[in-house]
Amino acid sequence: MAGLIEDKNMIKKFLVISTIAFTLGASSSSSEGKLSIYHWFEYIPQELLNKFSEETGIDVTMDTYDSNETLLANLKAGKIGSFDVAVPGDYMVSIMHAEGLLDEIQPGELNNMGNIQSQWMDVSFDPGRKHSIPYQWGSTSFSVNRDEYQGDIRTMGIIFDPPEELKGKINVLDSQGEVIAMASLYLGIPQCTTDKDQLRSLDELLQSAKENWASFNSDGAKDVLVSGDASVGMIWNGFGAKARAEGANIEYSYPREGLVVWMDNVVLLKDAPNRENALKFMDFLLEPENIAAVTNYARYSAGVEGVDQFLDADLKSQPESVPPADAPAGSFVEPCDEDVQVVYNQIWTRVKQ
Amino acid sequence: MTLANSVRSIPGFSILAVLCLVILYAPLLVVMVYSFNDSVSITIWGGFSLRWYEQIFFGLEAEKFQKAAWNSITIAFMAAIVSTTIAFSAAVGVVRTSPFKGKNLNISLLSLPIMVPEIVTAVATLIFFSMISFKLGYTSILVAHIVFCIPFAYLPISARIQSIEKVYEEAALDLYANRKEIFRSILLPLMLPGIISGFLLAFIISLDDFIITSFVKGAGVETLPTAIFGSIKQGIKPDIMALSTLLLLVSTLFVTISYFLSRADIKNKLN
Amino acid sequence: MTQVYKQKRAFDSLRIWLLLPSWVTIGIFLLIPVGLMLVISFMTKEFRGGVIWELSLAAYDQFLFDRGLFGDEPPTIQWTYIVIFLRSIVQAAIATFFCLLIGFPTAFFIATRDSRNRTFWIFLVTVPYWVNLLIRTVSLKFLIRDNGPINEFMISLGLISEPLGLINTNLAVQLGLFYSYLPFMVLPIYASVERFNFTFSEAAADLYADKWSTLRRIVLPIVAPGIAAGCILVFIPSLGAFLAPDLLGGAKNFMIGSLIEEQFKGNAGNWPFGAAASMILLTMVLIALMLYTRQQAKSELT
Repeated sequence: MAGLIEDKNMIKKFLVISTIAFTLGASSSSSEGKLSIYHWFEYIPQELLNKFSEETGIDVTMDTYDSNETLLANLKAGKIGSFDVAVPGDYMVSIMHAEGLLDEIQPGELNNMGNIQSQWMDVSFDPGRKHSIPYQWGSTSFSVNRDEYQGDIRTMGIIFDPPEELKGKINVLDSQGEVIAMASLYLGIPQCTTDKDQLRSLDELLQSAKENWASFNSDGAKDVLVSGDASVGMIWNGFGAKARAEGANIEYSYPREGLVVWMDNVVLLKDAPNRENALKFMDFLLEPENIAAVTNYARYSAGVEGVDQFLDADLKSQPESVPPADAPAGSFVEPCDEDVQVVYNQIWTRVKQ
Repeated sequence: MTLANSVRSIPGFSILAVLCLVILYAPLLVVMVYSFNDSVSITIWGGFSLRWYEQIFFGLEAEKFQKAAWNSITIAFMAAIVSTTIAFSAAVGVVRTSPFKGKNLNISLLSLPIMVPEIVTAVATLIFFSMISFKLGYTSILVAHIVFCIPFAYLPISARIQSIEKVYEEAALDLYANRKEIFRSILLPLMLPGIISGFLLAFIISLDDFIITSFVKGAGVETLPTAIFGSIKQGIKPDIMALSTLLLLVSTLFVTISYFLSRADIKNKLN
Repeated sequence: MTQVYKQKRAFDSLRIWLLLPSWVTIGIFLLIPVGLMLVISFMTKEFRGGVIWELSLAAYDQFLFDRGLFGDEPPTIQWTYIVIFLRSIVQAAIATFFCLLIGFPTAFFIATRDSRNRTFWIFLVTVPYWVNLLIRTVSLKFLIRDNGPINEFMISLGLISEPLGLINTNLAVQLGLFYSYLPFMVLPIYASVERFNFTFSEAAADLYADKWSTLRRIVLPIVAPGIAAGCILVFIPSLGAFLAPDLLGGAKNFMIGSLIEEQFKGNAGNWPFGAAASMILLTMVLIALMLYTRQQAKSELT
């Protein structure tokens, strides 16, 4: 190396340039008062994040994921410890707790805890709200393009045993938990069943249904309906409302077999690098005006008292939020034990193979 | 030896060659054209407009894209410098020394980052970083980029070094007989086009990488490709087309420079 | 003569130091991680992602044997993953075939231009490769979607009445792979045709062999190494492709890349299995490369 190092000019130049580049590169990510959010895609308006930054002086960065399972996998594969908050759905809150990925919110650490609506306070997936606060809740079903299909859509048969004209035009959410829960409701079998015949029929149903599905896509669930790439799209209610607002002539279905419902929650992650700021952010989201901004943007429903006055007028009447009188009660996706989950995983791999 | 019967011109090949270019460029041109589309709907042409370019630079998401662009450029710059240095040093060691036992093994090692499928490298690096508790973030992307840029920097440099005949060194040795001088006043200027070309290729490769970056990036650190991927999964929007067009132009610019440099004649350099 | 000998070794004493940085970088950040994957593939999986450090062949067993949905049936051959691997091989092979179909004539055409035009053509072929793969894949998706420009254009001309329905099919994936790696086919073939001495073929032409048989009997055998190199360069990255099946294939027909990704970032959360799949993929790539080097060595002898 001696011969090379003797060439001091070149080495010096190289060192100077790379030091400059490195400090410039590093400085863009080393300001005080940061907050790292790990969030679903298209689920919080940029304006609201800007408002939080202006009020607190905290610099917010956000990464996005497209399913509860992806969130879990990424945290386990080394990303825990770099995010402060995440927004898992109900069953994923219990799984993440069991996996030791959540930090505890001490009593008194959140000033606005009292704003949480009482029915969302003591929830089964986080009794006493020790790790999470409500974000939004809604349902998972499907929307059908009414130009393409005029028949009865209040059955999950549209997805699992579609009529001839809809075959090959169905987009399904790339979300194992919700697809399997829906299939279980369609078959009338309990979730997390250990009955082998029931599991076998679940496998068969998904195998035969898959033949008629065009794609698995969660991020693009709205776009495929708006662009007309799909005539039927499994979708979350608010996302479906947005697709309709963007011009798709679609109707959201409340299937008679049952309705998958969910609640997304802001959780405090273990080893959060900016724990204080995470709590500030959670308090911020418990302010009715702020969480109402999320609801107006994402078209779901909030779990905080006093949001009504801040909500858009048309939200209350949007068909995606108002089930018909005879709609069945909602069911949450249940977290299963390992032996059932292993079978579910195998069924899912077989679906997507 | 009549031209009519010569195998040099085979009927239909010219058409296929033109078709090849059409296939290669059509999708890119369509994206470029639609990035100037005034309409919000990407399928309907609504007249020429620069609004999407305006939106990337001044819109709501402008800050996100600017940050991503900054990350991409700084990472690409540093990764290219480091990998070019490593590749250069290795190229001198492999090509400019007398034949040695592990020569082929060394060449294989240097091309390994191209040979291992990208998805395998991505997963392996992620798990490795996670096991040694190397915090995922800006630096983890940089390190991964340095590794896979090495072969791309190595190839043009070693090709250049190979093409420099020994005569120059020999003549120089007669006059100076000093390794340092040979290196500085003969070899380095001759190799420079190869080094710059290698640097530029490494730069583009780093700038464009998506798969490995998406695996090893940490909280809040996006590069342009990962930021574009995040948006694009939700549907192809005109502002993303504008951003893609810009990135496309940057890449093209760099390849063009690299192309002209690599053509620079050795003899011209000597005179 | 002594002088030449001396000069050739001008940097010999530094060799170790010159090579060391590349050994260290590639060794630590590529060889060790890949070695780690090899180790993990023989470990026990942790539920929902992670590794338990106990030796186990479960990952390879899962790959090869089907023990039913509940793992209690007598083992039969597990087709699920073999099908995924075979599909990847078939998709990559078809893409390679199409690349060859278009790439060979193109390379041949370019190599027979005069030298100025030649470099310009090669430049034109290379530029798209340097454009972000993601952008290229998405552009293609935009182009071929049901209400994208191609379908709209053909419908407006009255050539077709219904969209072609290309998107979310295996054909779309093949098209994507073909499009991504086409320049890889052209370049090595071009290089070998360029070196080809056309007096051979002209001698053949004198013997009244027609163009096609001259091409087949004389040109092809000589440029075969270039063709092999092109095929390798297209086939290998296609095999582990990840973006094309996801964006163009509707994520419903797994290829190896998506299968591996799913184990670490998706639902399955089975690290040892993902590691085993990676190792099998890597082995396939190494075998392809070995066959290639053997073929190259052989053709150098003749």
